[in-house]
Amino acid sequence: MRIRITYRKTGALLYTSTLDVQTIWERSVRRAGLILQYSQGFHPQPRIQIANPLPLGFVGAQELIDIWLDDERKPEEIKDLLNKSVPEGIYITEVNTIEENGPSLPKQIDASTYSVELLNSDDSIEKIQASTEIMLLKDSLPRVRNRKSYDLRPLIQEMSVQTNPDGKIVIFLKMPSNSSQTGRPEEVMAELGIPLENFRITRTSLVFLEKYA
Amino acid sequence: MTDKELIQAFLDRYLLTISKPGRYTGGEFNQITKNWEQTELHFAFAFPDVYDIGLPNLGMSILYDQVNRRDDALAERVYAPWEDMEVLMRSHSIPLFSLESKQPLKKFDVVGFTLPYETLYTNLLNMLDLSGIPLRSGERSNDDPLILAGGHACFNPEPMHAFIDAFVIGEGEEIIHEIAEVVKAHKQAAAPRLDLLKALDDLPGIYVPSFYAVSYAEDGLIKEIHHIHKPEKTFVQKRIVKKLPKPVTNFLVPNVKAVNERAVIEIMRGCSRGCRFCQAGMITRPVRERPASEILEALEQSIESTGYEEVSLLSLSSSDHSQIAELIPQVMRMSESRNVTFSLPSLRVESFGPELIASMAGKRKGNFTIAPEAGSDVMRTRINKSIDGEDILATATQIFKMGWTNLKLYFMIGFPDETLEDIEGIVDLTRQIRSIGKRLVGGRVKIHISVNTLIPKAHTAFQWLGFSEKESILEKYRLIQSGLKNTGIKLDWPDYDNSMLEVWLSRGDRRLSDVIEAAWRGGARFDAWHEYYDVDIWQNAFGSNNIDPTFYSTRSRCTDEILPWDHIHTGVSKKYLLSELEKSRALETTADCRQICHGCGIQANYTISCENIRTESL
Repeated sequence: MRIRITYRKTGALLYTSTLDVQTIWERSVRRAGLILQYSQGFHPQPRIQIANPLPLGFVGAQELIDIWLDDERKPEEIKDLLNKSVPEGIYITEVNTIEENGPSLPKQIDASTYSVELLNSDDSIEKIQASTEIMLLKDSLPRVRNRKSYDLRPLIQEMSVQTNPDGKIVIFLKMPSNSSQTGRPEEVMAELGIPLENFRITRTSLVFLEKYA
Repeated sequence: MTDKELIQAFLDRYLLTISKPGRYTGGEFNQITKNWEQTELHFAFAFPDVYDIGLPNLGMSILYDQVNRRDDALAERVYAPWEDMEVLMRSHSIPLFSLESKQPLKKFDVVGFTLPYETLYTNLLNMLDLSGIPLRSGERSNDDPLILAGGHACFNPEPMHAFIDAFVIGEGEEIIHEIAEVVKAHKQAAAPRLDLLKALDDLPGIYVPSFYAVSYAEDGLIKEIHHIHKPEKTFVQKRIVKKLPKPVTNFLVPNVKAVNERAVIEIMRGCSRGCRFCQAGMITRPVRERPASEILEALEQSIESTGYEEVSLLSLSSSDHSQIAELIPQVMRMSESRNVTFSLPSLRVESFGPELIASMAGKRKGNFTIAPEAGSDVMRTRINKSIDGEDILATATQIFKMGWTNLKLYFMIGFPDETLEDIEGIVDLTRQIRSIGKRLVGGRVKIHISVNTLIPKAHTAFQWLGFSEKESILEKYRLIQSGLKNTGIKLDWPDYDNSMLEVWLSRGDRRLSDVIEAAWRGGARFDAWHEYYDVDIWQNAFGSNNIDPTFYSTRSRCTDEILPWDHIHTGVSKKYLLSELEKSRALETTADCRQICHGCGIQANYTISCENIRTESL
């Protein structure tokens, strides 16, 4: 049985990398008393597909993962078992059974949406708004990451600025996260000149390719 | 903002700017977080190395479990922050905090440090400093937590005597509750700190160093050690638990990588072999086994509670467990049915028969390790490693026949009365094993040998010996190196200077407290990490205190010398250790205590009987 899990990733798990998250799922499934399927071969691998890696420090509001189980229980029951077996910082909001042999989850993902909350009260919304507008007006935004030059501008598919109910400034972004391109919101923040410790990023959703939506 | 809120806000803001931030968040599965305000006693258990190393420590897991079982107490954890985190904490004036409640260490009633080895000492000082707790016991007030330390390194507590209020000598499962009662009573009475130390001093197994005075003769040797309040109290005897309590199964499961991620069940404590160089074998006597049924049940429970994909058995010599032959196949069946892997370290060639090798043959063929320890039968007799070269070759043959191709061999050099023939024996034995491997598995054979230098440790038959001189060790290494040239055998050995710190600290006396503090002030941290350990800092620390380090290292000691750890008793008598040293010189072996009792002192000192291990093994 293939199930798709929708979950939040936050708190103590903010600093756990995608590779370690895979291990956490394996162990959580074992603690829940569910039987995970393994691939065939000399080094059997657990059948787990994480939709898209979530960078260190990002809150994941609606992360997705597919796992294959030897189990016939109802999704609701599996959800309850798993919620008792995951560490603090993961909360499962939905479990659905899906087509066993459908396309791989990572291949269905096209983009991600993010909200970036600014922590420094000195930033004025007018200033941020002006900076983002200037960025969007440009044809290209050359940047260097890991010693490679690239253009950030086409990776910003959507960008807007608002104030949230707490009075904090929030920048909304949509950037690609598919097999050919990955946009990084922290690069946008670097371009805006806002240091790492002054913002907190949440991935608010994963956007499916149109044909899978 | 409260301390806790301040610390949490700091973490939320800055953790992303440092390496491996997951080390500082806590929140592991099986973590226990109790209500701080509603719990009377607050214990912090501290491991003075980075999270990844400290998390799997079994001793700390046991104490965490024991204290958290109490309704009146909570136990939280803290590890040494890595360099970048230390800088960040200092620059924001953030004190060292516990992972569970994010409370400053200074707010706890007790901070208990786990000290399995000596190279953690400067980190301990650094952690006290980061907590704003005075380094020296004598400078602490009632507002400061009680600073405890325990673990194998504390069997020579003297080098750390100035910094620790009380040492726990031996096993902690029972005494930790007695400590909790004493601290609780003291807290309720709001009595002076001295009264707390006096009450602890009355507990068997507790060593309060400030209650002992040590005087020195002109030649620098110890003249006398005595208790300043109770002259009749001449020694502290280690604590043991007569029967091993149920093992911990709800291990903390880290969210980021740690050095060992597996469920570990201790199957036996103590060792009956009596290898003369082995400190662990002496200080953990008597041998106590857990029944196979309890082990199996604990393994299953731990898989259910942790979800770990690997289980392992722990002891000094797993193959000596009297039920090992029935246990291993059971564990293998269980682990296969639950889709977890099973590893079994610490097997001994002596008791590792063909059946046991065959029973493990279904496993993935990784490295197989054997520890001949010495190269010649003569030297193995001297160190009481009762196995001859033929047996080692026969075992290697079995291993290759069962399909293993990678074999790792452990040797030591620097033993007493060691000759160049003994060293050539290492080369010969290794080459013979390689030939067997070549014949049986062909070109895929890989032999890796690791050659360490003997550190004559406290409470062993070799405690009176000096550590080998550099020249002699280098000559021996060159001999091994040239003997293994062009064989494809991988050889590694430790850098001589890298071993020195462990040598000094494990064999040192009270005067080393000043050296340790000077080294820490000079920048020493993470001395267990080769890339951080700087021998020059330590040489300077000795120099500035006018102490000759060779007094502790290469100097051999007279058998009538008062040793710095003589007032710490393991239950094995000094007389017995001396007789073992003499038997080593006379080329005599001492049989396994499963065969016959040699009167080491354990039975008499603990009014227990080791008879059970003798009958069980028949």
